[in-house]
Amino acid sequence: MSAKKSNDPFFWTLFGAGGALSAMLIPAFLFLFGIATPLGWVEGPAYESVKMVLLHPLARIVAFFLVSLSLFHGAHRFRFTLYDGLQLKHLFQLIAVICYGGALAGSIVTGYILW
Amino acid sequence: MASTITIEVSRYRPEEESEPVFQSYEVPLRSDWVILDGLNYIKNELDGSLSFRWSCRMGVCGSCGMMINGEPVLTCAAFLESYAPGPIRIEPLQHFPVVRDLVTDMEDFMGKLTTVKPWVVREEEKPVEEGEYKQTPEQLADFKRYSMCINCMLCYSACPVYGLEPEFTGPAAIALAQRYNLDSRDEGNDDRMEILSHDEGIWSCTLVGECSEVCPKDVDPAGAIQRYKLAGATSWWKSILLPWQK
Amino acid sequence: MNRNAHHTLHHPKWYRVQKPIFWWVKRFADIRFIFRELTSLAVAYSVILLVVIYRALLTSEAAYTSLTTTLREPFWVTINVIALGAVLYHTFTWFNLAPRAIVMRLGKWRIPDLMIAGGNYAAWIVISGVIYLAYVSG
Ligand code: SF4
Ligand code: FES
Repeated sequence: MSAKKSNDPFFWTLFGAGGALSAMLIPAFLFLFGIATPLGWVEGPAYESVKMVLLHPLARIVAFFLVSLSLFHGAHRFRFTLYDGLQLKHLFQLIAVICYGGALAGSIVTGYILW
Repeated sequence: MASTITIEVSRYRPEEESEPVFQSYEVPLRSDWVILDGLNYIKNELDGSLSFRWSCRMGVCGSCGMMINGEPVLTCAAFLESYAPGPIRIEPLQHFPVVRDLVTDMEDFMGKLTTVKPWVVREEEKPVEEGEYKQTPEQLADFKRYSMCINCMLCYSACPVYGLEPEFTGPAAIALAQRYNLDSRDEGNDDRMEILSHDEGIWSCTLVGECSEVCPKDVDPAGAIQRYKLAGATSWWKSILLPWQK
Repeated sequence: MNRNAHHTLHHPKWYRVQKPIFWWVKRFADIRFIFRELTSLAVAYSVILLVVIYRALLTSEAAYTSLTTTLREPFWVTINVIALGAVLYHTFTWFNLAPRAIVMRLGKWRIPDLMIAGGNYAAWIVISGVIYLAYVSG
């Protein structure tokens, strides 16, 4: 077999970790911040208390992993969606660079904002 | 014979047409007939020129798979009546080159199958005098499911990834590799990982899951591939983090 | 077109079909699959929103208040409803499929897939509940 060694085990691990983490945490977060509060179903906590909770060092670490791994999850999955759904396999290098590069850049920006 | 059902069969006779065409036949709609019986009726009574494969007529040989109304099905295991009032559209299994009418070429799979070493690999065979390799029922249960494959190719037909990338090793071959990986007597794990942990091997799979949906033997190739990926990722990380371990 | 050529080289007359680009619009199951894959975009969007919230939080109270005001606009509410739908679909498919990759054992006993999925759901409900309570109690 002439096939070359794959990097996919690495990205697949990030994909899996991000998939699990986002499945666990995002629905509640999105519901509260994006829907329930804006529509007035629940009263959002005051600035100070949101700040206290979200800026707790532990919360920042969780948030960083959630963001970064979810971005890699999205990048990996979306990359294959482009292959499967639009048959762009011939552009695979470009697509891989854009997808994973985007996730990496997003993670760096996130780290910068968080600390 | 009271009622009949229309079967539209895809015909491809390379010496006559450059593309398949549909031809319709009326066959008796008998409650005890499967689609394969309908095809045999056509072959015997209406049109002897129709070509298709079959053998066991009981879901064991795996040679009678075809697309029925667009879905891959074993034609000996699908009753005509469940498609009444028809018409029933029969085409050769998709994703394979069509040799003639409903006959496809499976060489691609056969070649891939041998590359994954679907047999018990031993570093050293023990001499016959030492007796057999024993296995407990639990150990058998670990891989039994994956050993039920009859090479019918329905999963390849159902798999869009294989349709898009013919290089992909594909569901049944990976499931069969896993069948031997999980066999307590086998020592070929590393060999097979070397062969399958490639972009065209397990990492092509996007878990569409259709292979497991259509499999007549409940092999669950999709599950086999996911477990394989987990094993592949684990061994990859090990090789990065603990390179001195072999 | 002839992409399987390497194994049917000597059979030019064998008939081969190339999958159309939009092969997946014809069957419901295929559309569902592509939709599942596209939830990746909703996941990415959601975490970007989280980062934006963080940035506002860290900038000033005014920035945070203006962000919460923006989020009240029908446009963003609509976006978030769509995103939540997609993320929920991601959550359900993820929990249902995870047991396929992971075989867990207790001694010799293989934990049935349903229990693993059930465990995931239970954890999810508890975690979501905790987040919710923390949020409403300020
Ligand atoms: S895994 Fe199932 S569908 Fe695929 S070839 Fe084997 S028996 Fe047929
Ligand atoms: S004829 Fe043997 S499986 Fe159908």
